[in-house]
Amino acid sequence: MEVRLENLTKVFPSRNKKSGEEVVAVNDMTIVIPDGKLVGLLGPSGCGKSTTLYMISGLQKATGGKIFFGEDDVTNLSPENRGVGLVFQNYALYPHLTVKQNILFPLQNLKGPDKLSKNEMLERTVEVAKLVQIDNLLDRKPSELSGGQQQRVAIARALVKMPRVLLLDEPLSNLDARLRLQTREEIRRIQRETGITTVFVTHDQEEAMSISDEIVIMKLGVVQQIGRPQDVYDSPENLFVAKFLGTPPINVFSGRVENGKIYIGEDCVMEAEGVEDQEVWVGVRPEGFVLDNSGPLHCSKTGVEVMGRDVSVVATHTASTNSVIRAIIPSETVVGDGDSVSFSLKRNKTFIFRKEDEKRIRLEK
Amino acid sequence: MEMVENRHKWKAWLYLSPAILLLLVFTVWPIINTVRMAFLENYSGLSAVRGATFSLGIGNFRSVIQYPKFLQCMKNTVLLCILTVPISTFLALLIAVCLNSIKFLQKPLQTIFFLPYVTNSIAIGMVFAAMFNIVGSFYGTENEIVVTAGIINNIIEFFGGRRVNWINAGSSYLANITVMTVYIVWNALPFKILVLLGGLQSINRQYYDAAKVDGTPRRRIFLRITVPLLSPMIAYVVITGFIGGFKEYTSIVGIFGEKMGPADDGGRLNTMVGFIYDALSTNKQGRASAAALILFLIILVVTLINMQVSKKRVHY
Repeated sequence: MEVRLENLTKVFPSRNKKSGEEVVAVNDMTIVIPDGKLVGLLGPSGCGKSTTLYMISGLQKATGGKIFFGEDDVTNLSPENRGVGLVFQNYALYPHLTVKQNILFPLQNLKGPDKLSKNEMLERTVEVAKLVQIDNLLDRKPSELSGGQQQRVAIARALVKMPRVLLLDEPLSNLDARLRLQTREEIRRIQRETGITTVFVTHDQEEAMSISDEIVIMKLGVVQQIGRPQDVYDSPENLFVAKFLGTPPINVFSGRVENGKIYIGEDCVMEAEGVEDQEVWVGVRPEGFVLDNSGPLHCSKTGVEVMGRDVSVVATHTASTNSVIRAIIPSETVVGDGDSVSFSLKRNKTFIFRKEDEKRIRLEK
Repeated sequence: MEMVENRHKWKAWLYLSPAILLLLVFTVWPIINTVRMAFLENYSGLSAVRGATFSLGIGNFRSVIQYPKFLQCMKNTVLLCILTVPISTFLALLIAVCLNSIKFLQKPLQTIFFLPYVTNSIAIGMVFAAMFNIVGSFYGTENEIVVTAGIINNIIEFFGGRRVNWINAGSSYLANITVMTVYIVWNALPFKILVLLGGLQSINRQYYDAAKVDGTPRRRIFLRITVPLLSPMIAYVVITGFIGGFKEYTSIVGIFGEKMGPADDGGRLNTMVGFIYDALSTNKQGRASAAALILFLIILVVTLINMQVSKKRVHY
């Protein structure tokens, strides 16, 4: 089921009536979530990603705009009529019911032609429990399960009524690091096996990048960029997206374009033919640095961190907006002992952004 | 470590002593004394002061149980308990759920519902008595004069019903118990609403969101989610309700006055606690103590049963 959001807007009225300030949580959002894909809504807290999710679920009413599931306009439908499965951040499993009863719960609500016999319900429950691999835990209470197991039960409960769209709110935030890796693979597998269009919300870029078919990056209620994770990483449309994706983060320098050349401080680092003279932000991915004694970018070296697979050179530069520059280079490269270090920059890992609106200026290849 | 603890133990006792002393004088000794008096034949404080001695025995208990008025008191108490606790719990649950689901006027209504709790129950009783009271003279005779039949009767008559003699001379036991039930339920509501509302507000909203996404009908949400998640509070309210119910006394005084019954049949609505007070006021401390112990035993058993039931019914 394709999900289409058209000019979706959510405005929360101000709590304080006197000040009258409204909060625009989601601003004119238009995206298409393709059928059968796993899409991550990504952004820092307060960017409106959860609000978007809850509007898709129907728990929150949109202030403006429309939501389509395939050809159906569901904007004014109540949650139960939309056919969505929702997994809450803290799972919201009913503590007094067993795992089996929790999963059965949505099925027992079905009325009219959809009503199932007891045996059908049990079959569906066992089937979905097998899918998420909790079929041996059916008689336990949620309090007797680990976080990861509770997560699976919550997913099973959302899936059991065969929703058109599966929504996950920060699905991994309550799990420890090891479980998180495992569970995200699990979510990926379940999504592939069921083929249900899935939208999940996260603030963790690594999580979003690793399992999403597409990511939607949001900031203050406005969509910044949509695309395949690798494409967004390789070609950010603005400084925010460039900064938000990637660990270690991108290195941002204050620079300028002069006579078709990019300068960082006094170092002329790259050609930029056809770009007007102006002040710019220069962003360089950590893997965009090449250790090069005759390279154009001169930095003071403060240390070298060995990570096995590769080496991270920590340096400083007066024009850098990050407190330190982190350059990741292959471990076979020998780093000199001196206090200074020079780099040349990879053209496809270096981006320049206009200073006034932080939009990317595309360089010729 | 132990040395240090031992050396400082006397300090601990010193700091505890004021509380212990008060508890010994006002709680522990009265309990012991109650047991002592209950098992001394025909114990009376007045004779004891004069130097009379009493032999040990269970005569007090025998006389309490054989006393016809005692059985009447017990019947009243149990009947009122069985009637009022379920009704008031159910109503309180309903009101609390309604209060919790409205936004507009929630706070003022909460205050209004709580007001009876901070009002003296004798005063409330007198107001209730006025509502049910028929004011006039020669009632039930040929030349009866009725000044007012009370608000409740006025309402009944307004809707074409016949006036009922609720609490006056010649009233029926059924009418009396009805009035008492209405009054006690009304009086018990505020506390129960408060506790249940507090419980409701601590239930995570996400359970309701989850239920909403799954299209759960309201009735099912109430029975399968709200009530189970509220069950610890409900159990608490029921247990304290029964304990309070078995100690019912002031509410009867509030409606019927010290006679504990309609004018022509004093003591008809007397309760266990009322019986104990009566025994005390006639200097029969032995009998009062025996009745108090019987009451204690009943409350103990009922509470144990309650807790046993709630073990099965109360979730987590």
